[in-house]
Amino acid sequence: MYDIEKFYEAKSAGDAVAHLAADPNAMVISGGTDVLVKLRAGKGAGCDLVSIHEIPELHGVDRTTDGTIVIGPATCFTDITNDPIIRESLPYLGEAVDTVGGPQIRSMGTIGGNLCNGATSADSAATMQTLNARLVLQGPDGSREVPVTEFYTGPGRTVRKREEVLIAILVKPEDYIGWSGCYIKYGKRKSMEIATLGCCVRVKLEADPGAEKAAGVSSSEEASGSGFLPGAGYVLGDVCIGYAVAAPTPTRCRNTEKLLTGMKADDPKIYDLIAEHVLEEVSPRDSWRASRDFRIQLIKEMARRALEQAILRGTGKGTPGASYFSPVELDEMGEAGGQVWEAEHPEEKEMPVYKKDGEVLNGQTGQVIRDTDKKGGDQ
Amino acid sequence: MEVVGKSMKRVDAYGKVTGEAKYANDLCPKDALIGHVVHAAIANGEVVSIDISEAEKVPGVVKIVTCFDVPDIQFPTAGHPWSVEEAHQDIADRKLLTRRVRLYGDEIAAIVGVDNVACERAERLLKIEYKEYPTFTEPEDALKPDATPLHPDLRPTNLLVHTSFKSKDFDYEKAKEEAIKKYGAAHVHEVEGEYQTPRISHCHLEPCTSWAYVDVNGKVTVTASTQIPHIMRRVIAQALGWPVGRVRVIKPYIGGGFGNKQDILYEPLNAYLSIVCGGRPVSMDMSREECISQTRTRHAIHAKTRALYTTDGKLLAREIDALANKGAYASHGHAVAAGSMGVYRNLYHDEYGSRADISTVYTNCAPGGAMRAYGVPQAVWFADCQVDDICHKEGFDPLRFRMDNCVGAGFSDPANGITYYSYSMKECMKKGAEYIHWDEKRKAYADQTGPIRHGVGMSIFLYKVGVYPISLETSSARMVLNQDGSIQVELGATEIGQGADTVFTQMAAETTGITPDRVYIVSTQDTDLAPFDTGSYASRQSFVTGKAVKKCALELRNRILDYASYMLKLPVSELMIHDNNICERIPLDGAEVQTDLSAGNGYGYIPDGSRDENGVYRDWLGADMKKWDIDDLPSGKWSILRDTGKIFARPGKVLLSLKDLAETAFYSLDRSEHITAEVTNHCKENTFASGCTFADITVDMRYGKVRIDHLVNVHDSGTLLNPQLAEAQVHGGMAMGIGYALTEELLYNEKGRPLNNNLLDFKIPTAMDVPDLKAIFLEMDDPMGPYGNKALGEPPIISVAPAIRNAILNATGVSMDRIPMTQQRLVAAFREHGLI
Amino acid sequence: MLAIVHMTVNGVEQELAVDPRESLLETLRNRLNLTSVKKGCGVGECGACTVMVDGTCVDSCLYLTMWAEGKHILTVEGLKGRSGELNPVQQAFIDEAAVQCGFCTPGLIMTGVELVDSGRRYTREELRKLISGHLCRCTGYENILNALEKVVGYPKTEEKG
Repeated sequence: MYDIEKFYEAKSAGDAVAHLAADPNAMVISGGTDVLVKLRAGKGAGCDLVSIHEIPELHGVDRTTDGTIVIGPATCFTDITNDPIIRESLPYLGEAVDTVGGPQIRSMGTIGGNLCNGATSADSAATMQTLNARLVLQGPDGSREVPVTEFYTGPGRTVRKREEVLIAILVKPEDYIGWSGCYIKYGKRKSMEIATLGCCVRVKLEADPGAEKAAGVSSSEEASGSGFLPGAGYVLGDVCIGYAVAAPTPTRCRNTEKLLTGMKADDPKIYDLIAEHVLEEVSPRDSWRASRDFRIQLIKEMARRALEQAILRGTGKGTPGASYFSPVELDEMGEAGGQVWEAEHPEEKEMPVYKKDGEVLNGQTGQVIRDTDKKGGDQ
Repeated sequence: MEVVGKSMKRVDAYGKVTGEAKYANDLCPKDALIGHVVHAAIANGEVVSIDISEAEKVPGVVKIVTCFDVPDIQFPTAGHPWSVEEAHQDIADRKLLTRRVRLYGDEIAAIVGVDNVACERAERLLKIEYKEYPTFTEPEDALKPDATPLHPDLRPTNLLVHTSFKSKDFDYEKAKEEAIKKYGAAHVHEVEGEYQTPRISHCHLEPCTSWAYVDVNGKVTVTASTQIPHIMRRVIAQALGWPVGRVRVIKPYIGGGFGNKQDILYEPLNAYLSIVCGGRPVSMDMSREECISQTRTRHAIHAKTRALYTTDGKLLAREIDALANKGAYASHGHAVAAGSMGVYRNLYHDEYGSRADISTVYTNCAPGGAMRAYGVPQAVWFADCQVDDICHKEGFDPLRFRMDNCVGAGFSDPANGITYYSYSMKECMKKGAEYIHWDEKRKAYADQTGPIRHGVGMSIFLYKVGVYPISLETSSARMVLNQDGSIQVELGATEIGQGADTVFTQMAAETTGITPDRVYIVSTQDTDLAPFDTGSYASRQSFVTGKAVKKCALELRNRILDYASYMLKLPVSELMIHDNNICERIPLDGAEVQTDLSAGNGYGYIPDGSRDENGVYRDWLGADMKKWDIDDLPSGKWSILRDTGKIFARPGKVLLSLKDLAETAFYSLDRSEHITAEVTNHCKENTFASGCTFADITVDMRYGKVRIDHLVNVHDSGTLLNPQLAEAQVHGGMAMGIGYALTEELLYNEKGRPLNNNLLDFKIPTAMDVPDLKAIFLEMDDPMGPYGNKALGEPPIISVAPAIRNAILNATGVSMDRIPMTQQRLVAAFREHGLI
Repeated sequence: MLAIVHMTVNGVEQELAVDPRESLLETLRNRLNLTSVKKGCGVGECGACTVMVDGTCVDSCLYLTMWAEGKHILTVEGLKGRSGELNPVQQAFIDEAAVQCGFCTPGLIMTGVELVDSGRRYTREELRKLISGHLCRCTGYENILNALEKVVGYPKTEEKG
């Protein structure tokens, strides 16, 4: 049994806030997958729980008329991943929360809990950072909106007050329309894992006015010498880079984002650039889970891979792994090219970039956007 | 054989898929009190005082006992058969609760309460005063002169035992001189290596659990998740200072053990807590955290090695100096370390011999105990890292090198006389190489560049089946005929998930002639009822207990036939049991060898290719060896002759159903007889099993990730009793081997506090971390095994980690010297070698 | 103080007095004697306590019984047909030797049933991910995957080498 004094199942968010405000010994519980684990370990033992588990208004994903996506914080991870709006517009968020724990935990844990827990290792954290999500907190004196980038105050700490309840997570249309992205979770095993590091890179590709809209392989093929890099004909109109576990709180790398913005999307230099510069904006620590040195290696490497995937998904054209495989391997590995890292890129299976008949799909929307000559495919 | 060797479905599968199979905690009365252990918050020191006055007031607390209250009795915990010779007894270094804290979390008090919350609240109110000593979690530090001895009453320092094994008159330097004289200095090369293995947890899915009460007959009765109920009964008696007869242990279904439950854990304390609470039932259901850091572990061993070999690939001499981390209590003592060194030496043949020195050293960690394959995975890690380091340095093919230098047919361990009869190690290697496409891949993977690389690697193992003659091997069985002609089989041996009940059922059916659906095995061992057996450990049960089952089945068969003879007025020699009937026994044409049914003996020989030079084959049951000439055997038809009642004869006409016989035997007014059989088989035989692992992997060097593309284990385990279950057991061992290779390691901080004693941070593989697993068998009848079978339970884990390691070496040229080969260690190594 | 919770467990409506501090795991085991629900870790890291709540598999150790009010709970005990027929997932576990110690088995079978209920078929790799919330130390997952493939996999076309 859990060491709690009282349990109250709130009927609405307002009801929850009222109960939290009235009872200084109370704390909020949603999916329970963090709170109950802490209670069992004696942290917060003897508290009162106000549950928001059964409040319908806090569940589900919706889109307002202005295109803002509203995520109910009590929505469980599985429902986020499978939600049609998320699949269409924020697939990288769906992919990020699909790496939490295992299937059962994903059917229990909630996106709001993942944020309010305040952990730097939260699987939604890096992606949320890049989305500029806004968090609506309801307290006894009304609601306030906090940008997720200002939400964290330290390890396990956020600006949310004990009596406040997160009632909505908002993503503005300008933060997702025209963007593509990729989240990579690096763990010691492939499931039931706490992130050693998490990295989300999102890009907003814009047609390169200077480039000829040459069909097929771009000049970058020679430049990289390894299959061909994605992004030919585009520039990085905007870039967002978010990390989990690269610092005491989830982090954005705004300077690196600025450096990359405006560069050609198939410029091989962007990969070294991102790898070098993100390091200046993170502060990974040494812990028994991973050394600082090791985390630095991952921070660099994951940035490359997430960036490449983000561009690849935005254009649907390019050779998976071209930025980090050498040409020799690509030839030798044959079919392995795009499949070796399926654990890191689960969406390659679920939302294939290439179809057998040669159609190229938009990695985000699943829409057929163009035919391909199959040359770059990984069939 | 008609039943043995078939893939019969598990006898407990139905109960397990329906949830009806009851495990220890499932049987606990719902009103049982909760027994909660208070763990020390320091790793080395003493408890000065414990003030329980506030804690006692917590509502729901029934009783608090501290280390100052328990009986002053020291007891051993190892799941070994007791030795009547004092010198060979397990080390008695435990008390129910301890004032002397030897590891973080040591048991210093216990709270009994109505629920866990009451106990936890009480624990927070205990006022505990400690005197703290410096902590040492590594043997190197524990051996320093200033390290406090953990058990000064037993050992003046933290050295538990040191052993040195070597070939007669062996000296490495002398061997080197002689070799240089013989082969020339240019042709004698040497490698040195230092290798390390981690402390890991068994992670059986069912946590260690027990509940105890005092029965109306005054017996303290403990229902426990254990591999060794009869040994547990003895240890609980020792710990309480009670006579053994007043202790009863019941072992229901158990959710895996892997050696952790071949030790006595909280059960004596559980018995004690019930006793001090007036005999009320008390449940001690360990948390997973306790299960990982407060029970037993696989020994971490650190070894320095040297090897001499010729430039054309012949091993000349090897030596190893190793330190085994014992942890805070002796548990299985030095047995694991000593066994480990034996296999290191035996696995390969050295022209000039070998030497192995190992010390087992007390430290402030969870005690090293038994774990699947008992020290051998460590031994093979040392031996096969070393071999591949030689091969890598010299450009030898590791497969050829092993073929040339591995233990040979007919090998007999000079230390204990255990002989390898049914030899097929080289065949195993051939099969594995074929499956993995060794030659093609070694060629294809040569000279790779870039950050993604492929490699193939291999490793081999040798494993002795039981513990004879190092320790007692004894086993009993009882069979009881029912009125309908079915039988109960009662054993002291335990089903722990490995499938023992199923293969024992098959054995009993095979030898009695009663079909397996009418053989009811009693899965629960209740020490008040079950015949004596030391339990499930080593890979002994199908071998040692199998012999008891066979012997008992033969005896039961003879009694049935004797009664049939009375009913049918025919001599026993003309009768046999087949398919639940008494049938005419028709000797096979040309069969010249008749078995002596009344003696219950059968004979076997060692098949060609594996028997020793003299063609010796042996009486498989008795201790005395009989020499036969192979030409005396009736025909080449039978690769092994075994008296199962059918080999030399076939059933003829049905004369009487077993049901009619049984009914008559029960209720006859002329001759009423309850037909039963009960035997003890003191097993004085042993043999070796062997096998290998081949791994084909991809390494992503910049990520430090290893992907296993293909993994195959090839096993020489004699005749398979149940191929489907055998394969399943191999899969499990292989997955465990993957975890051992890549992710599993129980870590401590500098204060000796465990860092990852939970299933999130102690990384056993999930379904996504394991590739498709391939198991191949080379079935060669072993003359020592009751049905030609030998060890299989433990071997599958042994060679996996070094095979993966050697594949990484093949892929990248980097020799990893330490498991687990974590991503972080791989990245560091690749960086050190300038690869990334 | 006890609270009253109403839930349908294995098809039977229950009105139970429970301690609000209880997990569903404890309620099912201790009050309804549904001991197929195994406790392997108590913190959602092993999957042994998996049960279905309104058709979705959850770790019952991290699920407060109070949340089960009005819900439908299914455990392995509820799978057997009226005359004792096994669910196809149970039968496949027996046939493919997917059971060893049996402690992870009930939870895995519940996930198998959830997959069957989805009406979909799955590749072996998908199945690996879908059962990755269950730890098993005996089988290496090989035969568990074989069993599930038999029930919800694609028909096998070629033998893997």
